[in-house]
Amino acid sequence: MLPQQLVNGLTLGAVYTLIALSFSLVMGVLSILNLAIGELFMLGGFIGFSVIAANLPLPIALLAGMAGAALVGVIIEKIAYEPLRDTPLITPMLSTLGFSIILQNVVTNVWGSDPLQLPSALFDNRVIIGPISIGVMQIVVVGVTIVLVGALAWFVHGTSAGRALRAVAENRDVARLLGVSVKRVTVLAFALSGALAGAAGVLISLHYAAITPYVGVDTGLKAIAVMVIGGTTNVWGALLAGPLIGIAEVLAVAYGGSEIRDLVVYGLMILILLLRPQGLLGGARSDVGQRV
Amino acid sequence: MSIYYAGLLADIGILTLGALSVYIILATDQLSLGNAGFMAIGSYISSFLTVELHWPLTAALIVAAATASVVGIVVGFPALRLKGIYLAIATLGFGEMVRSFFLVFRPMGGAGGFRGMQHVPLGYIWAWVAAILVMVTMLEQSRLWLQMRAIHDDETAAGLVGLNTTLIKVGGFGLGAAVAAVAGALFAHQYVYIEPGNFGFERSIDFVLAVILGGSTVGVGGLAGAALLVLLPEWLRFVAEWRLAAFGALLILVLLTRRQGILDRPLLAKLTFRSAAS
Repeated sequence: MLPQQLVNGLTLGAVYTLIALSFSLVMGVLSILNLAIGELFMLGGFIGFSVIAANLPLPIALLAGMAGAALVGVIIEKIAYEPLRDTPLITPMLSTLGFSIILQNVVTNVWGSDPLQLPSALFDNRVIIGPISIGVMQIVVVGVTIVLVGALAWFVHGTSAGRALRAVAENRDVARLLGVSVKRVTVLAFALSGALAGAAGVLISLHYAAITPYVGVDTGLKAIAVMVIGGTTNVWGALLAGPLIGIAEVLAVAYGGSEIRDLVVYGLMILILLLRPQGLLGGARSDVGQRV
Repeated sequence: MSIYYAGLLADIGILTLGALSVYIILATDQLSLGNAGFMAIGSYISSFLTVELHWPLTAALIVAAATASVVGIVVGFPALRLKGIYLAIATLGFGEMVRSFFLVFRPMGGAGGFRGMQHVPLGYIWAWVAAILVMVTMLEQSRLWLQMRAIHDDETAAGLVGLNTTLIKVGGFGLGAAVAAVAGALFAHQYVYIEPGNFGFERSIDFVLAVILGGSTVGVGGLAGAALLVLLPEWLRFVAEWRLAAFGALLILVLLTRRQGILDRPLLAKLTFRSAAS
């Protein structure tokens, strides 16, 4: 029973990791919480769903979900963040919330508020290893996550655009003095963040074989917890915290009932904030809060 | 007055109190995204006292507010270690913790909710709203408020001139929590049924929205914002299923064009025919 739960937790954790990275990118570069990310995730899921329902192959669904969410991410940056960048952090946060309300409403009107189901024939293939039964889709979810995280790591650490991103995150003013276009980096951060959230959306719709317009809020808040537990000053903390929370959540459901699930996740988050505010992989404590 | 308008007015009153609870904490430069948690505590404790122990509502309400205030102070201390968005996220976690706690707390119904409260008259709700609005307005005229604003503008400088920043920031949390608990107690006795889902993240965000939309620099802004938040979706009924999208678009529009919120001191002075000296 336990190995089976670990596999399920890992799959859920992979999705959390992607969304937490999505939050982390915007937060690391701009120190704002983009509350529309939960809905970008949901939107990506619906786009991916439609593509799969049209009998197109999975990679196209993934790319379409990522591109759609990235595009909306850039629109959010242009309308809800850019004109408000000099205001206190609460104002851009609420304008992204405005977008999240709009997105949820649009998706509800376009696709309907009932959960959409994927044909189960796609998902019945399972690999049996001893006592564990792994759905092929679970392998796809974890595999795609690993590839995407690898691509992100290469982009952030191996390209000049990634270097510009890190420079702005480190110190905005110095980066600007050195000739980095902060404007362009901001758009890049929102686009990357949208693409990751969109990919996570496609993956979760594969994992559950169903999706509703309301999946964004709950999962988005959990991903924020994952980001905090991993460490907001270190983007890669999410790689550790995602699977950790995924497994903790699945175990909590298996052994304590579905109602204690959130208690465990947010309890862990509060505990981390009290004992180690910089997160599991965060740097020195003096970093915490300086960006605000 | 029809039941429909009475319901809307009660909603405005309760949301005004929620907004004021955020406003008080925000005055010390702390953003709380978890005030629905304090509201839940006020709701559940007051309901327990009136239903199970047959207390009169006012006594139950005061005890609930005092308890929430203690919780607020307990939350306020660790919050001192966090700043800005990290504090906001921590309070978000606190709010979700409280909600999930009541979800598993069987003696008060758990996920099934709790009922049996007596419905409260509209006048009673607004008596509390008026009392707390007057209290906040008096606070705004006081020396303590100047100290809170000083911490808001520059905490280090405020500490250097000898203000007790710890006491004021933690006190802000305590007072804000008490006001949120009053809102919760009134909510429970207005709807006569409560469940943990009433006190989720959306509720906390509603409070913050009311403050920011109504005007984050004056207390009565909370009232204006609450009225707007409750009435706007009603007025937007003509766009039918696109109502929420229109609401979101209007929200962004207000933030873009009037970022200090609808009410601010110059406008307030004009409305009351006074010079904008303060």
